[in-house]
Amino acid sequence: MNEERFILSGIKFGVLPPYEISRMARVTVTRPELYESDGTPVMGGPRDPHFGAIEPGEACPVCGNRRDNCPGHFGKIDLARPVLIPYYSDHVNAVLQATCRSCSRILLPDEQVKRMLRVLRTLKARWPQLASNFIREIRKQAAQNSVCPHCGARQYRIRYIRPVVFYEERPEGEVRLTPIEIRDRLEKVRNEDAELLGLDPEASRPEWMVATVLPVPPLAVRPPITLETGLKSEDDLTHALVEIIRQNERLKHYLATSAPETMVEDSWIALQHMIAAYIDNELPNVFVLQHRGGRPLKTLAQRLKGKEGRLRGNLSGKRVNYSARTVISPDPEISINEVGVPIEIAMILTYPLRVTPENIEEARKYVLNGPYKWPGATYVIKARTRTKIDLRYHRNHKQLAESLEVGDIVERHLLDGDIVLFNRQPSLHRMSILAHRVRVMKGKTFRLNPLVCPPYNADFDGDEMNLHVPRIEEAVAEAEEILLVEKNIKTPRYGGPIIGGRQDYISGAYLMTVKTRLLTEEEVLELLSKAGYKGDLPEPAILHPKPLWTGKQIVSLFLPEDFSYEGRAKINAGPLACDNYDCFNDSYIVIRNGKLLEGVFDKNAIGAEQPNNVLHIIALEYGDAKARELLDTLYRSFIRMLEVRGLTLSLSDVDIPQKARDEIAKLTEEAKKEIAQMIKEFHEGKLEPIPGRTMEESLEIKIINRLQELFRKSQEVAVNYMDPFNDVFIMARTGARGSETNIAQMVAMLGQQVVRGKRIHRGFRKRTLAHFVEDDLSPEAKGFVKGNFRYGLRPTEVFFHAAAGREGLVDTAVKTSQSGYMQRRLINALNDLVVLHDGTVRDAYGNLIQIKYGEDGVDPMKTYHGDPIDVDRLIEKYSHVR
Amino acid sequence: MPSRARRRVSKKILEHELVPKHEVLSFEEAVEVLRRLGIPPNRLPAISVNDPIVQLLGAKPGDIIRIIRKSPTAGEAEYYRIVVAF
Repeated sequence: MNEERFILSGIKFGVLPPYEISRMARVTVTRPELYESDGTPVMGGPRDPHFGAIEPGEACPVCGNRRDNCPGHFGKIDLARPVLIPYYSDHVNAVLQATCRSCSRILLPDEQVKRMLRVLRTLKARWPQLASNFIREIRKQAAQNSVCPHCGARQYRIRYIRPVVFYEERPEGEVRLTPIEIRDRLEKVRNEDAELLGLDPEASRPEWMVATVLPVPPLAVRPPITLETGLKSEDDLTHALVEIIRQNERLKHYLATSAPETMVEDSWIALQHMIAAYIDNELPNVFVLQHRGGRPLKTLAQRLKGKEGRLRGNLSGKRVNYSARTVISPDPEISINEVGVPIEIAMILTYPLRVTPENIEEARKYVLNGPYKWPGATYVIKARTRTKIDLRYHRNHKQLAESLEVGDIVERHLLDGDIVLFNRQPSLHRMSILAHRVRVMKGKTFRLNPLVCPPYNADFDGDEMNLHVPRIEEAVAEAEEILLVEKNIKTPRYGGPIIGGRQDYISGAYLMTVKTRLLTEEEVLELLSKAGYKGDLPEPAILHPKPLWTGKQIVSLFLPEDFSYEGRAKINAGPLACDNYDCFNDSYIVIRNGKLLEGVFDKNAIGAEQPNNVLHIIALEYGDAKARELLDTLYRSFIRMLEVRGLTLSLSDVDIPQKARDEIAKLTEEAKKEIAQMIKEFHEGKLEPIPGRTMEESLEIKIINRLQELFRKSQEVAVNYMDPFNDVFIMARTGARGSETNIAQMVAMLGQQVVRGKRIHRGFRKRTLAHFVEDDLSPEAKGFVKGNFRYGLRPTEVFFHAAAGREGLVDTAVKTSQSGYMQRRLINALNDLVVLHDGTVRDAYGNLIQIKYGEDGVDPMKTYHGDPIDVDRLIEKYSHVR
Repeated sequence: MPSRARRRVSKKILEHELVPKHEVLSFEEAVEVLRRLGIPPNRLPAISVNDPIVQLLGAKPGDIIRIIRKSPTAGEAEYYRIVVAF
């Protein structure tokens, strides 16, 4: 074939002119019927065969092709009278407003037109955004002129009722402008004037926006479907077209028989509305085209609009092959870089292996194994014959394997070590899609190292995740270099680690590093073998009567040799606070030359999303690979530590001695007495009001404050009486799970329940529940819960607790939808922005957005919580070097 | 395009702490800035002639304005905008 090749430099949109519609039409539709009584399509009807071959085996009468090759052909409807097209009519309005009603010149003097044209053309070339502002300005100025500067005709106000009705306010009264009159005016508009009004007369003459012929799309656009019963069911567009044709023929008939003017008028308006609805069936002031059943038809605009429309549903996002989805479950034994893939999935997802002299033997093995034995292959693409062989239906795999040649492609099963993309919705982050290495496993779930939960925000209560296989070398390389889990340990959001220990890892690390932890040789070997440690054991901390090692010694084995660090542990608070290494509470972490000398490891050392902790500093200063190694080895021994020691809770863990309960009861009594006094003063009008508040407000604030104080004091009492090695308490203190507030809720009291920041006050008239008297302001009647989870709540307390709990649920539901929409808009606004090598930020057109990224050119991913250089850390790092 | 009547702008806005320092570049400076950024003037962020600060400076369309902003991370940050009609 002798084809000329072109490079597409741009796409220009315009209005389809009537002559173009007529030229491309292969049928003129005049009959609303679809089929004759014998079932053949009506010639000149909306199902005319000239619209293109649609049935299997049917030959197209226009191009002669069968269904698969016929592109489909347009038809047309010659309209009896012209009609306006919705959406175009906004521009029609602008032109009508700005041009003279008699001579159709723009309502601006000639010199000004000339000058504006010159300005507009330069603006268009350089600042397209400003050109549209300028055009708006021109339109406004021209519309203000009430006398034509060219012919001197007086102008009348034109009222535009969206989408298709125009009125002119003439001296004799308001007159409707018919599409014929409108078209006459638009025809006379000069090309230069049209350009000034923002139209491109070459591509869109204004009169083309008033339709005289209507294009009818090919059948491929509106395919009929045959039901099992043999009945044909037509597309919504065909139904809409039938209505238009019927109305058009009716109007033609009225015109031919010189029917009364009112009938012609009504019929014309009906046609106008149908065509408007054909384009968009959700327009205001236009009736809705409906099915027999009353369901509104899906017309052209409905196909394109919205989340499931053509644009958002089929073009910006579409369904893909080479992907898998299933439930996720945890596996702390695999690397954080890995994902466990069920063998069944690994036999369906494939990677196109290009056969080379080096791998031909390997490729043969896959072909020999076939599609049902892992590691096998599903297809072979022969380079020589350009054929794709499906191994499911190929008999002789052995012969095929032998005939493999360099250049063939083998669609082989997913293998261990392949790079895949792993994703969990909602993808709010760039870390919501990360690259993992495949590890094929038994079972039916994807296996994920629980350390990688934070970036995905995943848990294992039934979450499902998606997996995609990149199938070209470039994509694999990009995924491996940029998206691999270990390269995303640090978040680009705020300069901290996003991957790191949570929950059990933190409890485990704490239990391993507490001062009291002494491990026998057997225990040490157990922990180290879990971590995959290879090397010598250190000198035991205690030699006699039997050798014992401390947990801190185990941790030290994994830290880089020249690593020094100082910082507070999470438990460094309240009575355990210390601010330097002279610390008897073991709550100040001191690492010198890779040895953990003091302090426990908890959330502040190994946790996720804790900037400047041990993990983060190692990732920054020793590289992501070192941090990954730590996560894959040391962290595994934390889990083992927890498994060996066990972590559990019983009722006794959330119980405190009778003495403590008495103390809390006494505190409660005191608070209640004080509040009763306040209420009494309030009723007597003697309460001291808070400045700027009414008496009622002051009382509420004072009561709430007093009850908060009560809760705080009770919490203190409860925490003071807790056994420091109580597992619940350990979890709260180390930051593994729960807080001291939660503990107080279990062992002491739930405290005041709040809805919308106020004590619960609604329900019955003047009271919350029928258990109380009207206007009771006392704590119990307004949502104060003195019960706790250990000893139970009273019925009224359960109700108040449920009311406050409900508010939380409603809040999250509302917040997610609102922030989701906000984020969508933000993403669209920032789309395609890129930081170039000179540090500038530019958009896809090359427009400069920022001179220096973020004003300082700093990549937050490489910072100490936002600081590119942390001076204190530098001093610390170098003052302890050996 | 003097389509809109120029509003009278108070000089006081220059002293407001939230208004960063603006200055009009000389022709030579403008050329230097554009060369440094390697872009034609129409790729710069725009600022309208109707912007109060531009009116105070008396800048005309085509002028380039340097804005020196206080930045919590970078101390002072420079920014350039080109004056455009509309």
